[in-house]
Amino acid sequence: MAETMARLHPLAAVKTVADPHLVAQGPMGRFSLRLSPTAAPPPLGALGLSLPLAPCRAAQSETAAALWLGPGEWLLLTAPERAPAVEAALRAELAGQAFSLVEISHRQTGFSLSGPRAAQRLNAGCPLDLDLASFPVGMCTRTVFAKAEIVLWRTGAEQFHIEVWRSFVPYLWELLVIVGAETS
Amino acid sequence: MLLITCPFCGPRPELEFGYAGEAHVVRAQDPRDVSDSQWTEYLYQRSNVRGVHAERWRHAHGCAQFFNALRDTTTDHFVATYRIGESRPDAAVEAGR
Ligand SMILES: [Zn+2]
Repeated sequence: MAETMARLHPLAAVKTVADPHLVAQGPMGRFSLRLSPTAAPPPLGALGLSLPLAPCRAAQSETAAALWLGPGEWLLLTAPERAPAVEAALRAELAGQAFSLVEISHRQTGFSLSGPRAAQRLNAGCPLDLDLASFPVGMCTRTVFAKAEIVLWRTGAEQFHIEVWRSFVPYLWELLVIVGAETS
Repeated sequence: MLLITCPFCGPRPELEFGYAGEAHVVRAQDPRDVSDSQWTEYLYQRSNVRGVHAERWRHAHGCAQFFNALRDTTTDHFVATYRIGESRPDAAVEAGR
């Protein structure tokens, strides 16, 4: 009988320490959606939201989130068990226009970083101005953290969601832990 | 850190950008129609300006878009940035003097 390989979290081999403000999240359904930057995108019932058109802004519904990454480019997040249904529904809704929808659930991992020093911690590796006035709640962007490219999304005044490619997960984790110890 | 204003995302740290050579270098519609010297000029000859230079940049670790910029090569000051397809905003250069 064939054996099934268990999917390991990218931090499975890393000795992690408990950090109340830094949480590596479990599996998530993710898609990269590309549309023509000039065409008006339809409201997406499958996600329960309209795609954000303003640069660097995210839209959220009960079950999904859409993050503007560039003109005509969005990162869609949803629960892992919903991913197949969401994909089928999106393909049906977008039929008739030029689009690209690629599932990237396993390409990256999510982190949540919170606490009064979350922005300061990020600024150890990320040169963006993270003051609430210039990086408000609901803003998201691709950027860098030290040598890793990340997607940074501010979900609360002291709450960030970070997406990073799988092979950078231990690197990002360990750096954020070190910086956390230095800023606490 | 040097800030570069992406025409889509606004002012962002230089680290997120990549340089992509001189702007407004036009490729012949059909390379077979141009002489070898014109083709050589397109491929290899660049203006190498001392002063305000029009050049391409890409917001690689951001919105991933290419755009054009006017930069003073003697001071590294970005005079203006503008989207691909827009013409060179020389009024901005005059205003900056
Ligand atoms: Zn940009």
